[in-house]
Amino acid sequence: MATTSATAPGSRDGSSQDGSRRDFLFLATGAGLAVGAASVTWPFVASMAPDADTIAAGAPIDVDLTPIQDGQIVNVFWRGKLIFVRKLTGKEVTDMQAVPLSAMIDPAAFPTRVKNGHDQWLIVYGNCTHLGCVPIGHQGNFEGWACPCHGSQFDAVGRVRHGPAPINLPIPPYAFETDTKIRIGEGGKEAA
Amino acid sequence: MMRRVLSTTAAFAVAALLTGAAPASAQEGHGGPIPGRVGWSFAGTFGRFDTAQLQRGFQVYKEVCSACHSMKLVAFRNLAQDGGPDFSAAQVKALAATYQVKDGPNDAGEMFERPGRPADAFPPPFPNDQAAAAANGGKAPPDFSVIAKARTFSRGSLYFLTDWLPLIGYSEQGPDYIHALINGYEEAPKDFSVPDGGHYNKYYPGHIIAMPPPITDGQVTYAKNDAGQPVVPETVDQYGKDVAAFLMWTAEPHMMDRKALGFRVILFLIILSGLLYYVKKKVWADVGGEVHGLQPELHKAF
Amino acid sequence: MSGTASTYVPKSRVAKWFEARLPIAGLVHSSFIAYPVPRNLNYFWTFGAILAAFLGIQIVTGVWLAMHYEPSATGAFNSVEKIMRDVNYGWLLRYAHANGASMFFVAVYVHMFRALYYGSYKAPREVLYILGVIIYLLMMATAFLGYTLPWGQMSFWGATVITNILAAIPVVGDTIQTLLWGGYSVGNPTVNRFFSLHYLLPWMIAGVVVLHVWALHVTGQNNPAGIPIKSGKDAVPFTPYATVKDVFATCVFMILFSWFLFFQPNYLGHADNYIAANPAVTPAHIVPEWYFLPFYAILRAVPSKLGGVILMFSAVIILAFAPWLDWSRVRSCNYRPIYRQFFWVFIGATFLLGWLGSQPPEGGYVIASQICTAYYFAHFLLVMPLCGLFETPKALPASILESVTGPGKQVSGSGMPAGAAAAPTTKG
Repeated sequence: MATTSATAPGSRDGSSQDGSRRDFLFLATGAGLAVGAASVTWPFVASMAPDADTIAAGAPIDVDLTPIQDGQIVNVFWRGKLIFVRKLTGKEVTDMQAVPLSAMIDPAAFPTRVKNGHDQWLIVYGNCTHLGCVPIGHQGNFEGWACPCHGSQFDAVGRVRHGPAPINLPIPPYAFETDTKIRIGEGGKEAA
Repeated sequence: MMRRVLSTTAAFAVAALLTGAAPASAQEGHGGPIPGRVGWSFAGTFGRFDTAQLQRGFQVYKEVCSACHSMKLVAFRNLAQDGGPDFSAAQVKALAATYQVKDGPNDAGEMFERPGRPADAFPPPFPNDQAAAAANGGKAPPDFSVIAKARTFSRGSLYFLTDWLPLIGYSEQGPDYIHALINGYEEAPKDFSVPDGGHYNKYYPGHIIAMPPPITDGQVTYAKNDAGQPVVPETVDQYGKDVAAFLMWTAEPHMMDRKALGFRVILFLIILSGLLYYVKKKVWADVGGEVHGLQPELHKAF
Repeated sequence: MSGTASTYVPKSRVAKWFEARLPIAGLVHSSFIAYPVPRNLNYFWTFGAILAAFLGIQIVTGVWLAMHYEPSATGAFNSVEKIMRDVNYGWLLRYAHANGASMFFVAVYVHMFRALYYGSYKAPREVLYILGVIIYLLMMATAFLGYTLPWGQMSFWGATVITNILAAIPVVGDTIQTLLWGGYSVGNPTVNRFFSLHYLLPWMIAGVVVLHVWALHVTGQNNPAGIPIKSGKDAVPFTPYATVKDVFATCVFMILFSWFLFFQPNYLGHADNYIAANPAVTPAHIVPEWYFLPFYAILRAVPSKLGGVILMFSAVIILAFAPWLDWSRVRSCNYRPIYRQFFWVFIGATFLLGWLGSQPPEGGYVIASQICTAYYFAHFLLVMPLCGLFETPKALPASILESVTGPGKQVSGSGMPAGAAAAPTTKG
């Protein structure tokens, strides 16, 4: 407010040399005010980002797989996000391997959904890729999940088979520590 | 006007001195000698924490103080952040793993213990305040997270006039008090009776402190330098300085950031004020010059 | 918002279309651009702008702090420490808010000093002035509520002491106290509702500030000579002359603010507030924030609970009666040789009260507090009316212009465009 108005009387000035010095002064001051105002906004924006505590709390978690039965889906949380840990039955593994890529909305072959040598274990984020609701397990026509909000359906390895969800349930970073224990949060690019 | 303001202020400062400064001396207010000033590396406009000192102070806390004093608001990860003791991330991870942290409940609904992670806060020595009080003669040892900002003392009732000023200001009362307290144990004067479980400390308000002398010369062994010589003496005085500096950092972990940013902000504002002053002068020249209240003609009676 | 008819003429078609439907640009133009400002204003008159800046700073930092703060007895202290430790620039926001409150009061005290010294409370500015007193009261309430929120020892015991003051009110005192607490003592419901009220009051301040500015633009500003604007030559347009001066003064004041914020952030606070609230232990020296100290000294000057409370509230309320207690026909102390001396004694007594408020309530301090309290009230009730009756003021300058230049001298420049200053001239 002040800068624009302060510049106005400059044009009234007589001598051109004096006038240009004056214009420079007004410009420098205006620039200073603008830089100051812009710098002040930064701490406010930065303070809205996740704080150090929240970032540090994203440490990897271990999940013991021994108590999980065939066909069971277990919920775990990592960084506040829901993750499904599902033990597939033998039939589900066979069925999923047989699905042609052409039948999928977001084509993904079976081996890309599980870790090599651990065909029975599916670990996926538990929020629908449409608008974030939690799909209900063992529902729908594809041996997987059906979302109660807008009707999306996922198959047993979390691939979207019926819209409106656009992509498959994403897979969090995880790795097998032993055959019966996984560590979520490590072994992928997102590792903390 | 300005002269009048100054003379009035001076008159009232004198009046204040006469009416009340004498009975309000530190002797009465604090009940003991005034803690001495330590030449802290972090004092002043350009003050910085001494990394080696913070590391030694942490060692004293860990080996001595932490047996009774919690530090609940400080996490292991803090030890690796900028402007602190500057431990490496690997050191912090290893350190955290040496602690057992309570976690849970697990799927069976039970609490369990696991090795610490960098994100965990320092586990307290007692499960709760009641347990801490019960184990320490009825008074829980205070938490150390912000203690350097939670302790102060009065040097007299008029120092507030100068303590905030640049160069001559003083804002390190907290660490000075901690250092003095650790070194303040002595024989009680003959006419002073110390109850059971109490200890005489000349710097503690009221002089009777529940904490026994917490540390003795040589109790903590500091790392030697490359030549195998001690870097600093292993004395109570040095331990007190180191742990007080460490506690100042835990109380104000962003102090160095704050002072560095403050210096730049103030420099910027001084330059901007200078520019604005000339802008104002130029603008007001159009209407015959500025008026600022200090011109004598404004106060002339016509 | 002004008594002055707007001289704003929209240029573009869009601006014309909009102005015909909501003449807000004309309002801003007449209030902050064309508004005539006496040309002899000194730097005391920049504190209005400084106060506006601090209201903004407090609201913005406060809204941002509220994103991280947790208003509960168990969570408040730790959430404030989390802000200080873990939130990006959280320490900056919190120290800016805490020290900003103190700077707000520094500025408001200068502003009030100016109003009292130059007689800005006198007709026709009574309503403007009383709105200012209301803002001051709201500021005190807001500051008190805010100081309880970190839920440290001073927060807790400050809340306890102040709510106990209300219990001194006959008949309904206890009920009011219980309603404020939401329990049988200061506790979790208290901090929760204090947070709600602390968030509410600043918006009420902002609303009264709008009225304050409105009233200002109806009556026009007072000035060091205390005489009205008589011609265009006595005034200059608000923009650029007052705006550039205000921006400059605000920038200088920000240096002081930054010094405290970055280098003495805890100087104006209390160490005890870094100890989490503990209902079993009262701190050894319980004192309010510095800006309440004069009133705290008045409270303690009387050895009666109800008497002290009445006196303390009267000390603030009496400010609102200044327009009718001062019987002088001259506004500015510059032309009041006798009253001016008393005025400085009043300022001195207030400073001394502030210092006494920070000292323990015993011996000589209490006697000194009683003397100063007596003068504080005598100044309003006796000195103000009697000086007005018996004092012979110095001759006033013929015009504002003359007060700047001396009689008979000319200045270059035109001042206000002809006719622009019409309304305030007739009213001042």
